[in-house]
Amino acid sequence: MKKLISILARNRPGVLSHVAGLITRRGYNVESIAAGPTEHPDITRITLVVAGDEHILEQVVRQFRKLIDVISVEVPSYGHALTGELALISISADSVIREEILNLATLLGLKVMDIQEDSLTLMAVGTAHTVDTAVVRFSAYSIKALARTGVVALPKPIPESG
Amino acid sequence: MKDKNPKPATKSTGARNGAGVIIDFLKKSGVELVFGYPGGAVIPLYDALYDSGIRHILTRHEQAAIHAADGYARSTGRIGVVFATSGPGATNLVTGLANAHMDSVPLVAITGQVATTSLGSDSFQEADIYGISIPVTKYNYLVKDPRMLPKVLAEAFYLAGSGRPGPILVDVPKDIQTTVIDTPFPTKPVSIPGYIPRPPVDQKQVEAMVAALTMSRRPIVYLGGGATITGVAPEIIKIAESLDTAVATTLPAKGVFPDDHPLSLGLPGMHGTKYANLAINESDLILALGVRFDDRVVGDVRRFAPRAMVVHVDIDPAEIGKRLAPDIAVVGDLKTVLGLALKIVKPTEKSAWRKRIAQLKAEFPLFVPRSELEIKPQAVIKTLSDLTAGESIIVTDVGQHQMWAAQHYVSKKPRRFLSSGGLGTMGFGLPAAMGAQLALPGEKTVLITGDGSFQMNIQELATIREHNLPVKILILNNGCLGMVRQWQQFFFDHRHSESIFGFNPDFAKLAQVYGLSACRVKKPEEMDGAVRNLLAGDGPALLDVMVAREENVLPMIPPGMGQTDFYEEKG
Ligand SMILES: Cc1ncc(C[n+]2csc(CCOP(=O)(O)OP(=O)(O)O)c2C)c(N)n1
Repeated sequence: MKKLISILARNRPGVLSHVAGLITRRGYNVESIAAGPTEHPDITRITLVVAGDEHILEQVVRQFRKLIDVISVEVPSYGHALTGELALISISADSVIREEILNLATLLGLKVMDIQEDSLTLMAVGTAHTVDTAVVRFSAYSIKALARTGVVALPKPIPESG
Repeated sequence: MKDKNPKPATKSTGARNGAGVIIDFLKKSGVELVFGYPGGAVIPLYDALYDSGIRHILTRHEQAAIHAADGYARSTGRIGVVFATSGPGATNLVTGLANAHMDSVPLVAITGQVATTSLGSDSFQEADIYGISIPVTKYNYLVKDPRMLPKVLAEAFYLAGSGRPGPILVDVPKDIQTTVIDTPFPTKPVSIPGYIPRPPVDQKQVEAMVAALTMSRRPIVYLGGGATITGVAPEIIKIAESLDTAVATTLPAKGVFPDDHPLSLGLPGMHGTKYANLAINESDLILALGVRFDDRVVGDVRRFAPRAMVVHVDIDPAEIGKRLAPDIAVVGDLKTVLGLALKIVKPTEKSAWRKRIAQLKAEFPLFVPRSELEIKPQAVIKTLSDLTAGESIIVTDVGQHQMWAAQHYVSKKPRRFLSSGGLGTMGFGLPAAMGAQLALPGEKTVLITGDGSFQMNIQELATIREHNLPVKILILNNGCLGMVRQWQQFFFDHRHSESIFGFNPDFAKLAQVYGLSACRVKKPEEMDGAVRNLLAGDGPALLDVMVAREENVLPMIPPGMGQTDFYEEKG
């Protein structure tokens, strides 16, 4: 099971070291981690995607809360968060399949970032789901290189109907 | 920066340099005693210390300095302070930080660092102690902006002592120590968003806890280090006596509940008393107070207290469910929680349980072997316990002697049995005993150590002598790394790989060279007198007791086994 963890932390030089160190030390499985500034210059938002059973996740959250720099930790369900991610996908594409790839890219709403003789680089932007789908679709072709930012999330202010 | 008339940093008028800020802060906070070791990157700090009036104990190794600060903190509950230089000075603190972190001991370590302009360039004696110490501190700082120093110090002391205590490291580059700083100390009390040192206690949970305790027919209190830290000895006695609750005290809680109380079960777990483990096995309610459900206590979690409902009280929410999911959890400071509980507790007699406890204790007493041929280590502890009436500060090292001390020394007061619990650090004993003796000069401090552990910080004999600290050192000398030897005997078919010393010095002679009064004893009939002699003098003294080599710590539950899987020694 994958879960989103959204952390607000004091924007201190060592905050990422503390968060990353905790993850390795306690042996948690982190799929992605993305950190960046918030509307408040003193506060950083860190979004993690973590895999593991309910019990482990509960422990992860408690350990994060315990970090001195951490102000708050939320675990929004995917339905109750706005998520976003960006991926750059570089695909081998000779003239024979280029057309096919470009069509699929248009269909999925990807941007073409670069075209070389034998390859194409596309950018997927969207919800975590959109980017996942794009990566899965294009893995049928030969992906030369892939870079993902990791998911960023904003928990929705009003949970149920919001 | 070029300044034609640089201010002599140390002789500033109103404003002081960073080093002066640190010393001012310590004075302002009432710190009277610091342990440490100087070096290039802290010379400015030591210069500010020079005529400050703060007492500094120069140990002979930084590890000893931090363990001494730890002993000071454990015996008093106050924050221990240690200084060390950059690079090797700082890395020598790491074991001490980890040790304090595991046992939640409040410390502030102030280390020198290379100048901010050289940071990250592998300059002389540069070590990334900030990065190194992240996993072994409660929190840590690298001060890069001089204006931040006053605030950092205030936060460091606040964090060390509040909530679940722990060690804090403050790394201060040399140029920060020499820069003139006129930023004042924060006047408002420190507050850190998201850090809640005293979580509000949920009254409903306390009620649930009291109801469970009252209804229970075979209740046991399982006491951890949290009970020592929060000073709840009076509350525990009230709870135990008004509800006929038996009390098992783990190593860091030893003394919180008197070992000679009829309801005391002594030590639970791997080397605990048989009756403690059997009682836990029969219990229908475990009230776990300030504990971690450490593997050395519970063994196989799935088989721990199989008939019991578990109530877990701890100030640290991250401890709830970490190893064992409790039936009732109360997050909060023990003192507050037990205070609330005592307001609503109605005394209830559970005479059958009281009887059962007495019966278990009578049936499976701790065994003190005696021999006419060799001195039995357990007998030495028993003698020491009787002679001091359980009133001394006992400090231990790590190994068999530690477990024998825990089993056979009858403690009656909290903070009077100091031992490295979570980390199990050999070499902790001697410096920690120094720290405790300095903190409480009026109390008799006895170190119980092994010939292995003692040699890990043996250089501190010099410090003890220099300050004439009347520490009494009792070595249970078995010529080997006894605890390792025991495991090899039990679980590795007597293959004693690298656990027997081929040479040991004559510790008594060695101690004499350091200026201690010291002697060695071999004969069982002379042991009692020798221990009396050790305790009698005014100054530092050492007694090297040659004990039976092949003695084992029993009872024992092998690691990972259930509560009643006692190891049966093969012939
Ligand atoms: C720093 C350190 N290194 C290694 C160990 C592993 N260890 C645990 S007990 C022990 C033997 C201790 O020997 P000694 O101090 O002579 O005590 P004894 O067991 O003989 O009473 C060892 C090596 C440890 N706990 N700490």
